[in-house]
Amino acid sequence: MDKAPLDDAELKALSQALHQLYDPVLDEPVPERLRARNVNHARWRAAAIAAGWVVLGLGAGVLAGWQLHAWRASVPPQAEVPGFVKRAAVAHAVYSPEVRHPVEVGADQEQHLVAWLSKRLGAQVRAPKLDTIGYSLVGGRLLPGDSGPVAHFMYQTEKGRRITLYVRTEAAENRETAFRYASEGNVKVFYWIDRKLGYALSSADLSREDLIKVANAVYQQLNP
Amino acid sequence: MKEAESIVELIPRLRRYARALAGDRVAADDLVQDTLERAWAKFHLYRRGTDLRAWLFTVMHNVFVNQLRALRPSAPLDEEMPELAQPARETDTLVLRDLDAAIRRLPPDQREVLLLVALEEMSYDEAAGALGIPIGTVMSRLARAREKLRSMLPGLPAGGKQLKIVK
Repeated sequence: MDKAPLDDAELKALSQALHQLYDPVLDEPVPERLRARNVNHARWRAAAIAAGWVVLGLGAGVLAGWQLHAWRASVPPQAEVPGFVKRAAVAHAVYSPEVRHPVEVGADQEQHLVAWLSKRLGAQVRAPKLDTIGYSLVGGRLLPGDSGPVAHFMYQTEKGRRITLYVRTEAAENRETAFRYASEGNVKVFYWIDRKLGYALSSADLSREDLIKVANAVYQQLNP
Repeated sequence: MKEAESIVELIPRLRRYARALAGDRVAADDLVQDTLERAWAKFHLYRRGTDLRAWLFTVMHNVFVNQLRALRPSAPLDEEMPELAQPARETDTLVLRDLDAAIRRLPPDQREVLLLVALEEMSYDEAAGALGIPIGTVMSRLARAREKLRSMLPGLPAGGKQLKIVK
């Protein structure tokens, strides 16, 4: 009854390819948390898994943001930063340093990416082309927002400097706003609303002046 | 305890399988950690002399299924995914990155069977044991997984000629 499944050439080829893909994991050092024989030390994390590790990242970032606020209490309070701007800043902080999985869908599948995100957001979203100002699309991902799905695009320069564009649907608000600026931790954000969509453009290493140039380019790309 | 040492020795294997199953490094190690915690807690249920690796894969399968259940949205999303744009490629080339993406698009039950058989190189019998399903179900899930991969990967001809594998 028990055949050797790998006697077929296609499966053999698949097997070979899977080994090439995943065997490097065998040589990675095993993280400390997996070597410790301790049943209880990670209960907090099990709860986090249930909520999804992305949410964990967001939560940690927001917490860090709060602490930062407390720490800067002597600084005059800035105007209330909307919740989605904080989310955008945290998403930038979480994903832009990522080496292996910066995006869910790469720029080589841009058409699929845009179709997929448009479908999930229920609105036509576009990934602006920023090549003329030196930023190429890395790709994008779907994120949870305050009330539904959010599209997240990542761009980078040749030197690997990254910016991210957070796009959410604005329920029933059909309006336009000027660029507004906020900073969360070391992440600077320009945000605006354009018809049905709200945008937040984040960077950790551009100056405010440089970032607004990018924001202008994004706006012009989206409103030709 | 000899088995305890064996569990530690099997961690890299568990990590490899989890990486292929869960995709993301952090999610995969979370899966391994939960599996290990459960394995230590339930170790009295392991029957000495039986295949420890198979038992650990069963534990991981149960943890994985529970995680999916906790995360599952009300409607399955993968069925409505827009098709991936297929760039034209030489048909005798299997691109690894495409394979990784295609594996990710398989329904989890088919992904598990495919990985146990093709990556872990288990027999149908062993895979059936690890997943707690009949051997016939292993074979039909594997067949469906291969069917889907063929449709997603132009470099994977059904004929089974030698493939060139490209990073």
